[in-house]
Amino acid sequence: MTNPATGARPGSVALRSKVPTEAAVDTRPPHRSCSGRFAVGHGLRTWWTMLAICLEERLVYRGDFALGTLMRFLPIVTQLFLWTAVFNATNRTDIAGYSRNDMVAYYLLTMVTRAFSSMPGLAGGISRSVRDGSVKKYLVQPVDYVSYLLAARIAHKLVYYVVAILPFAVVFFVFRSYFPPLPAAATVLAFTASLALSFLLGFFMEATLGMLGFWFLEVSSIVFAYMLVQYLLSGHMFPLDMLNGIASGIPGISVGNLVGWLPFEYTAYFPAAIWLGKIRGNDLVRKLAIEAAWTIAMAILCRIVWHRGTRRYSAFGG
Amino acid sequence: MKRYASIFATFARACLVRDMTFRVNFLLECVTSIGWMSMNLAFYLLIFTFTPEIGLHTGWTREPFFAFVATGLIINSIVQALFMPSAEELTEMVRSGGLDGVLVQPLDAQFLLSMHRVDFSAFANGLIGIGLLAWAIARMDATPTPLAWLLYPLLIVCGVAILYSLVIMLAAATILMGRNQSLYDFWFYLTNFSRYPAEIYAGPWGSPLRTLCTFVIPILLVVNVPARVIAMPLEGQAVGMVLAPMIAAAASLALSRTVFLAAISRYRSASS
Repeated sequence: MTNPATGARPGSVALRSKVPTEAAVDTRPPHRSCSGRFAVGHGLRTWWTMLAICLEERLVYRGDFALGTLMRFLPIVTQLFLWTAVFNATNRTDIAGYSRNDMVAYYLLTMVTRAFSSMPGLAGGISRSVRDGSVKKYLVQPVDYVSYLLAARIAHKLVYYVVAILPFAVVFFVFRSYFPPLPAAATVLAFTASLALSFLLGFFMEATLGMLGFWFLEVSSIVFAYMLVQYLLSGHMFPLDMLNGIASGIPGISVGNLVGWLPFEYTAYFPAAIWLGKIRGNDLVRKLAIEAAWTIAMAILCRIVWHRGTRRYSAFGG
Repeated sequence: MKRYASIFATFARACLVRDMTFRVNFLLECVTSIGWMSMNLAFYLLIFTFTPEIGLHTGWTREPFFAFVATGLIINSIVQALFMPSAEELTEMVRSGGLDGVLVQPLDAQFLLSMHRVDFSAFANGLIGIGLLAWAIARMDATPTPLAWLLYPLLIVCGVAILYSLVIMLAAATILMGRNQSLYDFWFYLTNFSRYPAEIYAGPWGSPLRTLCTFVIPILLVVNVPARVIAMPLEGQAVGMVLAPMIAAAASLALSRTVFLAAISRYRSASS
């Protein structure tokens, strides 16, 4: 994870001035939240400082970001041709409720949802900070580690959107004929809410995974396995509706039903399906509520794991 | 040549010893790469529950298509095992000045840079690919002729050679640019076009793309030709089709060598 000390500019003084001396090192989690100890205004200022530092850090690599974003659309081109060939070979006008155009639009929309829910380097960064001992810095500072990570991630994402909006706009303009007419305002609102929740859900899921580093030290294999499962079950690979007809072996329950009980679909499939009008009405409200519940559950789990982890942490490194 | 073969054997032995020292890690790497591949196979199986064929009258029904996928797995596993680990290290070597150490060795720099590390776990996918090929061929209507069996390994070697040339050219770009962290990404996105039968690239946008990826960057010849030879009957145009990857392999090897030497001659050391 990014280190606020190394990227420190004059703006970071507010952060560093609160660092206690080495003698105060204590492996217990000292603070649950900045605002619990300081005035709300102070907490907000700390948050803003963390955000500003991270924004500056991320903007250094803007060229790399823009190029990387454009390249990420290349596999969509292959998907476009693949699904065109599939539809040409069959008499169907739709597959699992998706026309060829829907299919292409779906893949493009999952790119948008993944731009919100994917957290590159988060879990690995947390486990590394546990392994090399740098996490103890956050244990002695009046900065809550999870809040810091969240601020850093928001900054990371903000910069990403600023730089990525151009390649995204170009690609979406080129592929505009594949999209259905602009949905109603309520649908757009639900889509936006699902995106915001997918960001938080993705963050807390991966942060929790990284905190397993308190127990295992090296979590890269676990993270990789998680990413594989995530890629398949989030709907990033194909619309999850395709699984609805596949029998799971349990009477009356399809593989699609089983996947629907997991939180992964909210990190790619769900927002895309909302935009394309595949989920509407009561179903939409119910699923949004489930997404919110998953997000809260994961946030609580993340806190519990952090709390338990810091209790058994024994400060490696100098 | 004999000297290089023996040096490569030494490299491979050292890498095998290293892999076997961390056996659990080695097994995990095999399992995760097989996991990734299984997911892709599951996706293809899912597609075939909705369609009998990829592309109308292309002949890429389920079994021939899986023979295609198997061929891709075999070729990619060879490249991933033999060349990619070394190429990935190059990025950091250029930036840190480690490349200087390679250039002063009494060995060919391209050989050293592209073949000093072997990733044995990458062969796991290749083995699965061979199993998948056997499964697909056993279920196909037309069994491959002896000529097809003779050509298949040869065309696999051509495919590997084309991909190797691409790795070398990306490596040369890294040397020229000083640092190119997205080398691996670029490789992934470029080879992504070779994952499916060339017939899917049709229409006003597909045809030019197919021409570009056949004649300019011959990425579509890599898997398509060997897969077609093994999975479909050889017909009239087969001679041209079989010759194309051979010519492309020879041309790309020559071009990549030229580009690599030009990049090395422009290299300015990064270290003090």
